[in-house]
Amino acid sequence: MFRFVGDPIENMLGQERTDADVERLRDQLGLDDPFLLQYWNFLADAVQGNLGISFRQGRPVVEVLIERLPATLELAFISALFAILFGVLLGVYTAIRSKGWLTNLILTVSLVGVSLPTFLIGILLIYLFAVELGWLPSFGRGDTVQIGWWTTGLLTISGLKAIILPAITLGLYQMTLIMRLVRSEMSEVLNSDYIRFARARGLSERTINFKHALKNTLVPVITITGLQLGSIIAFAIVTETVFQWPGVGLLFIDSVQFVDIPVMAAYLMFISVMFVAINLIVDILYVIVDPRLRIEGAN
Amino acid sequence: MKLMTLLTSSAAVLTLAGGVSAETLNWARAGDSLTMDPHAQNEGPTHALASQIYEPLIQRDMSGKQVAALATEWGPKADDPNVWAFTLREGVTFHDGAEFDSEDVVFSFNRAMSTNSNMKELLSSVVEVRAVGKYGFEIVTDGPNPIMAANLNDIYIMDKGWSEANNAVEVQDMEGGEDTFAAKNTNGTGPYTLVSRVPDNKTVLKANPGYWGIGQFPLEITEINYTPIKNPATRVAALLSGEVDFIQDVPVQDLGRVDADANLKVVKAPQNRVIFFGLNQGDADLTTDNVDGKNPFADLRVRQAMNMAINREAIQKVVMRDQSIPAGVAMPPFVNGWTEALDSIPAGNIDDAKALMADAGYGDGFSVTLHCPNDRYINDEAICQAAVGMFAQIGITVNLDAKPKAQHFPQIGNLTTDFYMLGWGVPTYDSEYIFNFLMHTKGEKRGSWNGTRYSNPDMDAKIVSLASETDLAKRDATIGEIWSQVQEDLLYLPIHHQVLNWGMANKVETPVSPDDRARFKYFTLN
Amino acid sequence: MDTLKQFLASDFFYSFRRTPVAVVSFCIAVILILSAVLAPVIAPYNPFDPATLNLMNGFSKPMEPNAFTGETFLLGTDDQGRDVFSTILYGMRVSLFVGFAAVLLALVLGVTLGLTAAMAGGRTDAIIMRIADIQLSFPAILIAMLIFGIAKGITPPDMRNQMAIWVLILSIGLSDWVQFARVVRGAAMVERQKEYVEAAQLIGRGPFTVAFKHILPNVVASVLVIATISLALAIIAEATLSFLGVGAPPTQPSLGTLIRIGQGFLFSGEWWILFFPATTLLLLALSVNLLGDWLRNTLNPNMD
Repeated sequence: MFRFVGDPIENMLGQERTDADVERLRDQLGLDDPFLLQYWNFLADAVQGNLGISFRQGRPVVEVLIERLPATLELAFISALFAILFGVLLGVYTAIRSKGWLTNLILTVSLVGVSLPTFLIGILLIYLFAVELGWLPSFGRGDTVQIGWWTTGLLTISGLKAIILPAITLGLYQMTLIMRLVRSEMSEVLNSDYIRFARARGLSERTINFKHALKNTLVPVITITGLQLGSIIAFAIVTETVFQWPGVGLLFIDSVQFVDIPVMAAYLMFISVMFVAINLIVDILYVIVDPRLRIEGAN
Repeated sequence: MKLMTLLTSSAAVLTLAGGVSAETLNWARAGDSLTMDPHAQNEGPTHALASQIYEPLIQRDMSGKQVAALATEWGPKADDPNVWAFTLREGVTFHDGAEFDSEDVVFSFNRAMSTNSNMKELLSSVVEVRAVGKYGFEIVTDGPNPIMAANLNDIYIMDKGWSEANNAVEVQDMEGGEDTFAAKNTNGTGPYTLVSRVPDNKTVLKANPGYWGIGQFPLEITEINYTPIKNPATRVAALLSGEVDFIQDVPVQDLGRVDADANLKVVKAPQNRVIFFGLNQGDADLTTDNVDGKNPFADLRVRQAMNMAINREAIQKVVMRDQSIPAGVAMPPFVNGWTEALDSIPAGNIDDAKALMADAGYGDGFSVTLHCPNDRYINDEAICQAAVGMFAQIGITVNLDAKPKAQHFPQIGNLTTDFYMLGWGVPTYDSEYIFNFLMHTKGEKRGSWNGTRYSNPDMDAKIVSLASETDLAKRDATIGEIWSQVQEDLLYLPIHHQVLNWGMANKVETPVSPDDRARFKYFTLN
Repeated sequence: MDTLKQFLASDFFYSFRRTPVAVVSFCIAVILILSAVLAPVIAPYNPFDPATLNLMNGFSKPMEPNAFTGETFLLGTDDQGRDVFSTILYGMRVSLFVGFAAVLLALVLGVTLGLTAAMAGGRTDAIIMRIADIQLSFPAILIAMLIFGIAKGITPPDMRNQMAIWVLILSIGLSDWVQFARVVRGAAMVERQKEYVEAAQLIGRGPFTVAFKHILPNVVASVLVIATISLALAIIAEATLSFLGVGAPPTQPSLGTLIRIGQGFLFSGEWWILFFPATTLLLLALSVNLLGDWLRNTLNPNMD
């Protein structure tokens, strides 16, 4: 696909380039080699841990990726946390108080949140909280602390403030999804015979709701959350662009625009590995959490 | 509302209190510098950052005038016009304390002319560079080069010893897959030193206490935090919220909002860049049109009609919100050779244009594809979109194909577009630069950006003669002749000259330089 | 006539009548869809015809005469002098077309693969469902960007404007089929065990006849619910892709493209360029989502 994205040469040479320069550099980078040969060279190098040099930054791709990874993972982690926490809380609330006006409000507002594109929500949040109110920063990660090769923004006040808006923007959709899932699973469980028996036994509502009902809704929640991690990482492209969040998503968009082929290839490879890993973990979790599967597997 | 104001002002106080020293400037623009190696990329944002750290022999000040930097005197030798002689500044040290002398200059020029350098085109006429004593330096060219000085403003001087010690003698070779020291580390003579840098994220510069220019320049800003912010709305939001003090690329629609803000202002100046359309007028047939066996653009009347159809005033008023100067010639007003007469807007209205089309046999119009960048010039896509409507009024159906610059510009180079948008800045401030790239027949050395397929041997000869014409009056006459030929044959359809708008906090004082380069040593604070 | 009477008397319609949210969303959705379909009749201008545009009309405020031309527009004009009201109607046509076509593609693909998996079983089933798992975790917008990149390279330049729409449909459709496949497969697995299917197979019906004639009708409810929700998702996905620069062309904008253009005018005071398209998108997606919700609750299909 890379040859369709554009020609990196144009960005690598300035306005003063001659046609002879273009030829020379194309030749140097092997861009005129047959596509399969280019791909083979890439794979051969990748196996040895050499993903090449970024055309745009002139630095090893591995170094660039590692530098950017913590930002994206922290953002993904915090927004997943936000989504799960609020998703489960609101889901439980709306299931228990299924008729209240607050429930209706929560359900409607959450639908509004998923009926607008992510980038617009991000820009509206910036407009409200950064420009009009001046409470939160509009871009970047704030101050970061270096721990080994990892940089974290979670240990400074400015870093924590900076992550709020991007995390909400990114996690809103997943939060709604989890909330609705918890709500429907929980309503179903609450109407089941098993809970009726529990009530009959005189257990307190709190025990019933949290100890018995909620526990039973967790299996599908874990699955969905796991599978949604993939789209969190992907939608990070949009969120990172809006908030100038220095993660791999922004790196990917910059690379696409510059036709930085080595970085694009490495990013896609990273994403694929990531998804295989997520799938695997979800499968394993499934087996651990749901005993039925273990029995089925044994047959 | 009161609450809102209260909150906003308390936030502003917090921001002020946060930046303890009032001399810190938070600077943002759309793109980051690509590398710290001063010879690896010939690109605006890269040079903009490099020029705070490294210095050339001769630099431009904020008005575009050439002033002394590392050279104090320069000029062609009286006895040999093929040699330019420079007297270098004494007592200058690099950031690491090493002394600056002619050896460093020879080293840097040779480095800038090496195969992997991106700066070598500017030095293509150079045969040899040599040191003459500790503070003398000479450039030998393949013929007299009257405008040599104009090519040197972005040729930065590195320390020979430092480069050798750190294995940075060669400009980075992308193919070799090697990482060079100079791409991440710097050692210049300039007013600022590099403190830290995370590409695409944050770069911190501090004032150089040993700078030779202390006392000669304001140097009031002592620390610079530079962050690229890609999304225009976010960039403006950061300026409005006080998180950054200075942005170079305010979208034209947000100028009003920024200017109306009590804490901010907008400073503007015409830019050294002209925007125009190129037409394939040389081929016998076009690939993207619906006319068989003929090239409508080859007919001068069609080109004239199209030139009339472009409503430059409407583009200026609506698309650019007055932030452009309608153009009649593909040359910014700063350039040697520009005249008001050349730049006058073509006369004629839509009816005249329609008559010309009918005359040329295209009364029923034709269709063609227009290629446009959508991330290069100010409102590039919107301009093309507006042009589609204007050409539709004289019967030309234009399919608009707008895409990122990395896909757009190669089409001009490899001649796969018949109709395209291009903008041109002229760092040398001389017409020869425009002719060499845009007007000369496309070939190995010249005409690399000429996508019009126009070829005029007579004009080519004149263009080539400019390089070695030492009689400046005669040279200017030739330039004038070439321009009238260009206008007569209508090689390009000019649209406008861009206007630069810098948005900044009230405390910052600076004029806008026509090359969009912020030279922080000239900035003052109040 | 009888069918209509039957329908009006059904539990389904009764529930609909008794749920104000459903009635309101249904009305809004119908009005929006109808006005998109009838755009050429309703819209005062044709924003897709560049010859009719006057750039000087640009940035007219809603209901106020333009400073240069004196013309007045109901919802104002955008940066190109296009009437916002007409552009929304035409843009919605593009968005709805992309949405419906993408969902249709996903539905056909998903139902076919789901049924095949269930009926064939064994290795075919395992392979199809494995692909579905991978697909489910691979985000739609990444797939769309990949397809877009390739399609842009292989289509001739003068075809690209028309191609963009089809590429959007293909990429959104291809990333949405898994849900359909899973539900249909699940339902088919259950139905397959039932006696009538075994009976049908015994009297010599081929597996596909059985699948389409007997099993499919039983999963219509689930498929309808998923399709409704997917429609809303597809419309939003199209908007997101437009922000990433791979959406409908600006000369023939979709609602998403309009919002992408409009967000550039958020700070400058020309709120109407963003507000009206965004509100329309919100109303459209919200009403379709609410309808989907109600359908899910009423039909109560087994969604696992």
